[in-house]
Amino acid sequence: MSVKVSMNVNGKAVSAEVPERTLLVSFLRETLNMTGTHVGCDTAQCGACTIHLNGRAIKSCNILAMQAEGGNVTTIEGLANADGTLHPMQEAFRQNHGLQCGFCTPGMVMSAVDLVKNTPKPTEEQIRELMDGNICRCTGYHNIVKAIAAGATSMAANP
Amino acid sequence: MTKFAIGQTVHRLEDPTLLQGKGCYTDDLRPQGAAHAFVLRSPHAHALIRGIDTTAARQAPGVIAVLTGQDVKADDLGTMPCIVPVKNHDGTPRGETPRPVLALDRARHVGDPVALVVAETYHAARDAAELIEVDYEPLPAVADVYGAAQPGAPLVWPEIKQNIVADLHLGSKEAADAAFARAAHISKIELVQNRLVANPMEPRAAFAEYDPATDRSTLHTSSQSVALLRAHIGDIVLKIGDKLRVRSGNVGGAFGMKAMMHPEQPMIVWASRRLKRAVRWTGDRSEGFLTDVQGRDHKVFAELALDKDGKFLAVRATVYAGMGAYLSQFAPMIPQSVHSMMPSVYAFEAAHLHLIETVTNTVPVDAYRGAGRPEGIYVTERLIDIAARELKIAPDELRRRNFIKPSQFPYTTAAGLVYDSGDFEGLQAKALKEADWAGFPARKAASEARGKLRGIGLTMYVERCGGAAPPDSVALKVNKDRVLVLPGTVDNGQGHMTVLKQLVSEYLGIDMEKIDVSQGDSDANPFGLTGGSRFAVVTGTAAGIAAKEVVDKGMEQAAKMLEAAAADIEYGDGDYKVKGTDRKATLFDVAGAAGGIEALHIKNTGALTFPNGCHIVEVEIDPQTGVTRLERYTIVDDFGRALNPMLLLGQVHGGTVQGIGQALLEHAVYDNESAQLLTGSFMDYAMPRADDVPSFNTTFHHTPCTTNPLGVKGAGEAGSVGAPPAIINAIVDVLHAKKGIKHIDMPATREKVWRALNG
Repeated sequence: MSVKVSMNVNGKAVSAEVPERTLLVSFLRETLNMTGTHVGCDTAQCGACTIHLNGRAIKSCNILAMQAEGGNVTTIEGLANADGTLHPMQEAFRQNHGLQCGFCTPGMVMSAVDLVKNTPKPTEEQIRELMDGNICRCTGYHNIVKAIAAGATSMAANP
Repeated sequence: MTKFAIGQTVHRLEDPTLLQGKGCYTDDLRPQGAAHAFVLRSPHAHALIRGIDTTAARQAPGVIAVLTGQDVKADDLGTMPCIVPVKNHDGTPRGETPRPVLALDRARHVGDPVALVVAETYHAARDAAELIEVDYEPLPAVADVYGAAQPGAPLVWPEIKQNIVADLHLGSKEAADAAFARAAHISKIELVQNRLVANPMEPRAAFAEYDPATDRSTLHTSSQSVALLRAHIGDIVLKIGDKLRVRSGNVGGAFGMKAMMHPEQPMIVWASRRLKRAVRWTGDRSEGFLTDVQGRDHKVFAELALDKDGKFLAVRATVYAGMGAYLSQFAPMIPQSVHSMMPSVYAFEAAHLHLIETVTNTVPVDAYRGAGRPEGIYVTERLIDIAARELKIAPDELRRRNFIKPSQFPYTTAAGLVYDSGDFEGLQAKALKEADWAGFPARKAASEARGKLRGIGLTMYVERCGGAAPPDSVALKVNKDRVLVLPGTVDNGQGHMTVLKQLVSEYLGIDMEKIDVSQGDSDANPFGLTGGSRFAVVTGTAAGIAAKEVVDKGMEQAAKMLEAAAADIEYGDGDYKVKGTDRKATLFDVAGAAGGIEALHIKNTGALTFPNGCHIVEVEIDPQTGVTRLERYTIVDDFGRALNPMLLLGQVHGGTVQGIGQALLEHAVYDNESAQLLTGSFMDYAMPRADDVPSFNTTFHHTPCTTNPLGVKGAGEAGSVGAPPAIINAIVDVLHAKKGIKHIDMPATREKVWRALNG
């Protein structure tokens, strides 16, 4: 059975007819061709598919597209400024070598932005604890943790 | 002029793309009209396949084709090759485990591919796969690497006696036995090298296009070598030669696993050629657990012989190494490195390994980050700690007494490797200082005051990188305004593009902005492999030689343009200059006038490098829960020279956390009776997460490598070698003090640690 799904993605109204079982992440990747959001597992553990729905970080593999009906979605493609400059968190990841293969990175960055929104001055311990829903196999987290601390400072300076 | 000389931290040029979700991994390719594939897999670890009824599946909505082993047979496809010959100690060749792309009459592990469904959508393919009726006759299965070699174990291959596919001796048994015979002390250990799953965050994927005009196929796939895949799939399995082109875009991590051909790659090309249509397949994580080649899986019995002064005489081991159900590409070679690494950084008289490679009803095993070197170093460094405790010699002191000394280089080890450089004693001293080894008792007392137990562990490591096979190529193409670099390697996240631009910028004296790098196309990058920490050593050197060839090739044209003899022209800073004058022409002017300059260098010298270092770990254990925290982690490495320190340390951090995963968390566990994988998802298989690991104190203690012009040593796997012994040594420091326990096997999970302390 198909169902019509409408939502706002990165500031643009989108609408499509999709099978009911379509996950939000599949709606983004397959239907909208927005491939910045990644799929790294099938048990909602890795966090590569993290996006913001109505201002909250969620794993987009863990809800159906139709559950996001009428919602406001921000993906990694919608994070940089309109003029192309990177979001402070993206820039912090770049400066601190917080990514290697880049596959977990969109989810990491989306989670990190949400983390700082809720915990504006996170300690290293808080960052490590709050990021435990995002798995990275390349960096050993050392530089991701540094990047998020730097990103938090930079986000506070550029609200 | 912006020049980025070798040795500076240059922020990665790859990052702005990846940070905005604009990377292009295999599953991001959105081919119009491509069909979707789903692979039906055996639910049994071992079963005869009596028949497969695909009638209902073929008639399901949207289904285009259903293929089985019978189609593989009818099309006369080749089997998946293991390219490593092994001679057993009795002179016979190793066993053969011919692996078809789809199982013919027998499934040998859970996840063995049995049928391929191609349909208009992914869901149609997956739904149809459920309609396939496979008539299985389950057979007894075996999963344990050691148990498989015992009499009466179920046979994975009726042709392979006792499941022993290879049985060989490495090093001189006589020399080792003689050293043991006169030893004043012998320390022993029995240990497990826990089986691991590589788990790069990007699952494996393959997408094949077919061009009827040329009868050529292009396979897009996440890999470490388009060259090897092209050869193995094109020449051996599908027998279509260079009618196959293999391409890799962004690769979301690989760690050895993606160097190997997996059945889905030839399968998807084959289906695409049969259907004359593009076909895509992307594995999910569950399939990855059931089919990606895994790592380690050894059962080890080892001994260390010392004289009365604590001088090492010999090390010897019997290792049962699991190969899984089929011999993968490099599989039988990997555990052989246990022998070459067992002497580590010490002056031994002899090292002997009896290696017994067994097949089991499990996923094939092959190279995973470290690939034999962590296994070898772990054996020796655990033995040294045991010996130190038995002889009441401090672990750092026992190591110090036995280091190979700088004056001894080049030094031929007891395993026959020739180390070129290193300063092991100086490096250890630096690490002890960095870790504040002397301050440990005070920190231990502070932990105890809080009801916690604190232990410290030290390890040295060395590993072997570079080497001959396969060759790596670098091509350089210069035109009137750009330089194009074509390496044979495939970046998997290391930052090859940035480092290659740094190198070529320095080699040719031109701006990095004028350099392009193009990789991952078997038509354009015909030789090469990312793996074995080879990139800097092999590709970096090859790029230097190609750059020199470019300069030399342009000399004649430069002489013409500058109206001077070639002998009077020198090259520097991107210019050909007439010596002693201000007359010059740029490389780009010369290349433009010459109609382009090209050079291809294929590097295959076999020169090895020996990165080495020291890890010192302090653990704090909560005796009530077994929770083990890594409180302080110090790493000192000798990589010869840093090309880009920031990227280099990124490799150290990542490798170390994979080693921490092996030591504390990760284990591919199979049920002994059914050979079902019990840890088949991220819910059951514990990947290291941010709150499982510490930040690292890292320092270098470089001694230049003498076997390559850059002076570099491979760095990609170092961390994964150092971490396991350092961590287990630290945990045993606690367990021995409290309970007299000599060893705990990896992964030292909190449950295992709690049981050890409270048992």
